[in-house]
Parts: sequence; structure tokens; C-alpha cells
Amino acid sequence: MATPEVIREAVGSFDLAIDTVRELNAALHGDGAPGRVVVRNPGGRHAIAVGLDAPYEVEIEGHVGYYCAGMNKLATVRVRGNCGVGVAENMMSGIVVVEGSASQSAGATARGGLLVIHGDASARCGISLKGADIVVRGSVGHMSGFMAQRGCLVVCGDAGDSLGDSLYEARLYVRGSVAGLGADSIEKEMRSEHVSQVGELLARAGVDDVDPGEFRRYGSARRLYNFHVDNLGAY
Amino acid sequence: MLEQLSDRGPDSAGVAFYRDPAPPGWCKVSLHSPSAAPEWEALWGELEAEFGEASTPRIRATHAVFTIAAEAETAEVWLLEHHPELTLMSAGRSIEIYKEADLPTRFVERFALGEIAGTHALGHTRMATESRVTTAGSHPFSTGLDLCLVHNGSLSNHNRLRRTLQREGMVFRTENDSEVAAGYLTWRLREGASLEEALEGCLDDLDGFYTFAVGTADGFAVLRDPIACKPAVMAETDEWVAMASEYRAIAVLPGAEDAVMWEPAPGHVYSWGTASLVA
Repeated sequence: MATPEVIREAVGSFDLAIDTVRELNAALHGDGAPGRVVVRNPGGRHAIAVGLDAPYEVEIEGHVGYYCAGMNKLATVRVRGNCGVGVAENMMSGIVVVEGSASQSAGATARGGLLVIHGDASARCGISLKGADIVVRGSVGHMSGFMAQRGCLVVCGDAGDSLGDSLYEARLYVRGSVAGLGADSIEKEMRSEHVSQVGELLARAGVDDVDPGEFRRYGSARRLYNFHVDNLGAY
Repeated sequence: MLEQLSDRGPDSAGVAFYRDPAPPGWCKVSLHSPSAAPEWEALWGELEAEFGEASTPRIRATHAVFTIAAEAETAEVWLLEHHPELTLMSAGRSIEIYKEADLPTRFVERFALGEIAGTHALGHTRMATESRVTTAGSHPFSTGLDLCLVHNGSLSNHNRLRRTLQREGMVFRTENDSEVAAGYLTWRLREGASLEEALEGCLDDLDGFYTFAVGTADGFAVLRDPIACKPAVMAETDEWVAMASEYRAIAVLPGAEDAVMWEPAPGHVYSWGTASLVA
């Protein structure tokens, strides 16, 4: 069996102007010891670094296409650019950091882990969120948090129309303006535990110039879905 | 850019180029012939006989472009009457439309698009959802002089709207929903609306999903439906401005990595080269 150093060398660097996405992902799915992997010239290609299941540290130098870091587990994926639709879709754990902006449905259905977007996220950010946390340094588009069930969406900027439509038990924190709330979405009291939660998420996201006390909290009015207090532990 | 998005739309491809404007009093028309051996030279002779002067046909695959010493409307009427077998793809002073039911990569080769240079262009790759894969069903659709439309999405009220527009005298050649959107814009413009007003009218009168890009004589406009179901990304540098369904298409442009990029907001008309938009 090869030593970890040799394997790290083998998977250490990919140039997608030459290597294929399939080769990259196959290497990241291999049996080798996880290490740091640099991806150059992503060129907006789809499905880069998807389905990771080990604590790799993937650094992508440029803009990526759809579903980057989808289904991520344990790995840290950093995109030094913008993302197409569905970054970190169905993430299970780990961290995905987008230094630019993200397109629609960022973090859709994500179950665990942390998604950090330093720019803006467009429509449907955190749609059907199932337990992951999302921190957006900029603003989010319309229908963000649609049917979100669990986890937190922290927006340092503004939120578009229909925020939290048909929301279950996810928590939505917005610092700026909200263009409009969706069906069954209401503003809720921002208690000290919520300020602490926002502060902790901002710290984990590396956002240190935003005051957690400036956020407002939005959640479900629990009139639309069949909420029963006995099931609270399920969320 | 077309080749980059070949897998999004492998059925058909098309492009509208804006270049070499015809002199005042002249017009430029793009024609498609279904014939295996179109008689473009003979048509040139007829055009010269009718209008006094016409340029040598510039032939690309199944299409030919003529510059004619006549107003566009006059040339259109004459062509429709004397050559109903030909399809008028575009008319105006600088627009040229080429489109075909073919894989985008082959289309680009067959039409030698690499050698064409112009001020701006719109392209489209199609994956048909609402109607047959034919040349006529391909994009861009002409929506008036020097105007054209490309559409990503599907309209749900196109049959009813088509009947309404037919009562207003509009003629449709396909069952295509995008052609109805193009016809709607043509009709609104004919009724005196500005392009911006016509596009804003889409928000009220069209049901369904759409991201539209409209080519104008000196620029282009973009509109997404209020839900923004279909993707769109814009990129701008000091040298160029580009719009595409996704960044992959833009990535091939020089300096794309450092371009300013954003997604057009839903239900908002964006335009570049606004002179023609407010005229």
C-alpha cells in the first residue's frame, strides 16, 4: 500500500483544462488518504467535487457550474469564484465555502455541515433545508428557505420576496430588509439564545465584522403543516 | 459559446449576427431555402430586376443574405408573393439570422460561424419541449426589423395567445410556444409599444417559464419570468457584455474569469444599447 504522501501527490492537483471532472471525482472517491487537492481552470463545469466521503480539503481556483460539492460529507471545499445552481446540494457534513456568489438553490436539501457564501445567493437559497447551516455574507433571492425543515439560514444582507414560504422548523435570520414573507412565515422574537446562535455561526463562517444583535428571526407560524408539539424533537 | 451549451440543447442551433449595416434606403434579408440546390443566383437576378440593385448573395449552408435597394417592408411583401417556398429568417439593416435543426457543433462548422465578426450576436441551442424539431422551430425568431428573440423555458398559454394574435392578423408558421412570444412582441411593437413596454407586457400576458434575450439593432435586452425558473447569468468587462444560461458558455470569452458577474433579477427588463429600446 502506498504511503499517504505518495497518494496525496497523486491526487494533489487537477487542471480541468486537461483533466476531466470524472478523473477528479474518481480520485476524490478513491481509497487514498485524504489530503489537500487544488483544482484549476474549473471553467464553469458541472458536478465538481461531488459525493466526497472523506476529510479532503479541496480548493477550486475559479468559477464552477452546477451542483459543486453536492452530497458533501466530511470534506472542506472552497470555491475561489462563483457557483452555478445547487452548490452543496444535499450536503451531509463538512464545510463548503464560496468566495464569490452562488446561483439558485444553494444548499438545497442539505442535511448537515456548513455552507458559507461570501457574495450573494440568488433564488431559493436553502430550499428544503434539512439540518445544515448556511451563512450568506450578502443577500439572498426570492423564495429562500422554501419548505425548509431544519437548520439555520443566516443572511447578513437582504432577503428577496416570499422568504420562508411553507416553512417547517428551520430558523431564518436576516440582518437587512425582507422584501416579503412567504405563506406561514412570520417574524419571531430574537431571544438571547438566538443572538448566541447567530454569533456562533458567523464565527464558524469567519464573518467577524457583523453584529449578531442586528439580525431578526423568522420562522414557521405552524398553521400550514400538521405541527404537533410532541414531534418537536424530530426537527 | 454555442458549442459549450451543446449538451443543454442538442436538437437545433441558431444565431443572429448584427453587422455591416445596409446603406440608408436599403435593407438586408436572410432567407432559408428547403431545396437541396437553391437557386440564389436566379433570385439575385430577379431582385435586381425588381428593385434596381441588390448585392451578390452571401450564401451559408441552407441560408443566403441579400442586401437590396428597397425598404425592408417592400422587399418582404415581394418575397412572400413571388417566393413562398423561401422562409424570411430576418429583415432589417444589420441583422442576419442563421438557424438549423442540427447539433450545435455541426451547425457552427456548416455555417462557418467562426469567420463572422459583428458588433453583437444572439445564439441559442434548443432542446425541444413544446413542438417539433425543425428549422422553423429553431431560435432566434425574428420579431420585427432588426429584432429577434431567443427563449429558454416553456409557455403554458401559447395556444390561446396564438389564437388571439391570429385574430390581430399575426401569422404563425409552427406550433412553437417561443414563436408565439416572438409574435406577441412583434404585435405590441406594431401597436406602438416601445420594446421595454412590450417586454413588460410579457409579465402580464404570458404564463409559464421564460428567460428571454432580445436582439436589437444596437444592443440587446433580457427578461426573466417572475419566478425565475430558468437560469441566466450576465457578465461584463470593459470590452464586452455577455448573457448566457450558465457560466460555462461565458468561460470561453477572453477575460471571463475577471468579469463582473450577476444574475438578472426576475421580472425586470435589462437592456444594453438603450437608444433603440426607448425609440
